[in-house]
Amino acid sequence: MEYKLTYEKYKEALIGGKFLGLKCNKCGAYTVPPKKVCLECTSEDMDIVEISGKGEIRTFTVIRVPPEGFEGPYIVGMVELDEGPWVMGNIVDLDPDKAGMDLIGKKVTTGHKVVKGDKFSAGDGVALAFSLQD
Amino acid sequence: MREVAVVGVGMTNFGISEKTQIEMFSEAAMEAITESNIEPRDIQALFLGNVLGDFEEGQMNMAPMCAADIGIPNIPATRFEGACASATVALRDAYMWVASGFYDMVLAGGTEKAMVMGTPMATRTFAMGSDSRYESFAGITFPGAFGMAAHLYSKKYGIPLEKLKEQMAMVSVKNHKNGVLNPKAQFRKEITVEKVLSGIVIADPLQLLDCCPFSDGAAALVFASADKAKDLTKKPIYIAGTGQGSAGPLHNQKDFTIVKSRVISSQQAYKQAGIGPEDIDVCELHDCFTIAEILAIEAMGFFEYGKGSQASEDGETALDGKIPINPSGGLKAKGHPIGATGAAQAYEIVKQLREECGERQVKGAKIGMTDTLGGDLATVCNIIFRR
Repeated sequence: MEYKLTYEKYKEALIGGKFLGLKCNKCGAYTVPPKKVCLECTSEDMDIVEISGKGEIRTFTVIRVPPEGFEGPYIVGMVELDEGPWVMGNIVDLDPDKAGMDLIGKKVTTGHKVVKGDKFSAGDGVALAFSLQD
Repeated sequence: MREVAVVGVGMTNFGISEKTQIEMFSEAAMEAITESNIEPRDIQALFLGNVLGDFEEGQMNMAPMCAADIGIPNIPATRFEGACASATVALRDAYMWVASGFYDMVLAGGTEKAMVMGTPMATRTFAMGSDSRYESFAGITFPGAFGMAAHLYSKKYGIPLEKLKEQMAMVSVKNHKNGVLNPKAQFRKEITVEKVLSGIVIADPLQLLDCCPFSDGAAALVFASADKAKDLTKKPIYIAGTGQGSAGPLHNQKDFTIVKSRVISSQQAYKQAGIGPEDIDVCELHDCFTIAEILAIEAMGFFEYGKGSQASEDGETALDGKIPINPSGGLKAKGHPIGATGAAQAYEIVKQLREECGERQVKGAKIGMTDTLGGDLATVCNIIFRR
């Protein structure tokens, strides 16, 4: 069966303002980011759905020694989406030096940012960008 | 499956080297071969751990070059890559092929030359162990992944971050203390908790001395069937059990304070060996970051979940503790040439079980275990050795 939600399709949708994932028709679980099969039950019978982007910060770090091509400091975090899956992205609109343990459990909404690629990255990419909900 | 033993080991000094990866591996390999009382031509296959040779020296397909350098250019020679667990994955496969009866004598190990890349490029290439589509564009790094693990741990177990950071610092202090006793270690200098806590921050909350260094080095072992081993050495060290587990990209793992790849891998190894964590006398495990050692001693079953940081503070992992962890100095002080690390851990355990470790000898050690982690907790491979 053809790969349903490829990275290319996921990326283009995100750039267009839509955060896509997969919902399983067998067990109801969400698979985000997409995979070939349902993360919970391995069924291929999944539909492409729009993800709310709402969730809670589970953990974070501030990258102060970045890889070549990035400029620190910046915040990386893991968010548990309301739909269940955990996803990685940048916590934006916040001074990295003000990032502390109180971030964990805070509610966020999800946007995106386009990231310039390097000679190893197969072109430009996209990262999820989490903003704290007021 | 038949019994398999390690009959010889070799290892270069770890740190910065002017030698090539092939030259370093040849030194370690010939030390292991000479110790085994065999000639290179007795080796039937080479299993080589190497992660970034392509970027470090522009060298792909290094295994045949390594075989040629020690005069056996025509044997099957294969590179294994499982990020920082590469060498242990190679060792485990070497063991399985000898255990199966397909080969009688195999050389396995690893080599790496990371220093030449410099920190920005090394950080970039090491980060290739993350999910390159769905995670790397966020700029995540290895220290970043473990920084997130430390924050998760603090929150989950209600240990204030300042307290946890002190306990993590004690892991670094302990491993540096052990490293002083290891002539092959990259760092042979004691440090203090205060020094760890005053270092520059790499990825919150990890500071410089919470992190292992970039390193050059190589290590190698000769595996032989038990019947052959008895004729070659007075001190064969047997493989009692092995395991390997995977866990996909970080986002799939959810709460990664419990390292699922390690739970699966270590349980496999204990089951095959017919023992439990309480039977291990000495352990070399993957302390790429201080928090990583705490997560490892829990998932391997030495301490309950959430108790590893307190156990580290209480000295239970010291040379004279309940379970001596990283007598070699670990990745932190001995150094971490990523493609060689697992072989260097095995080198230490074999030497410990032969009682050849001098001042850092764990007295009377009969059963030892290695633990090597690759990528963002995506691969863990364990080997249990016994006298």
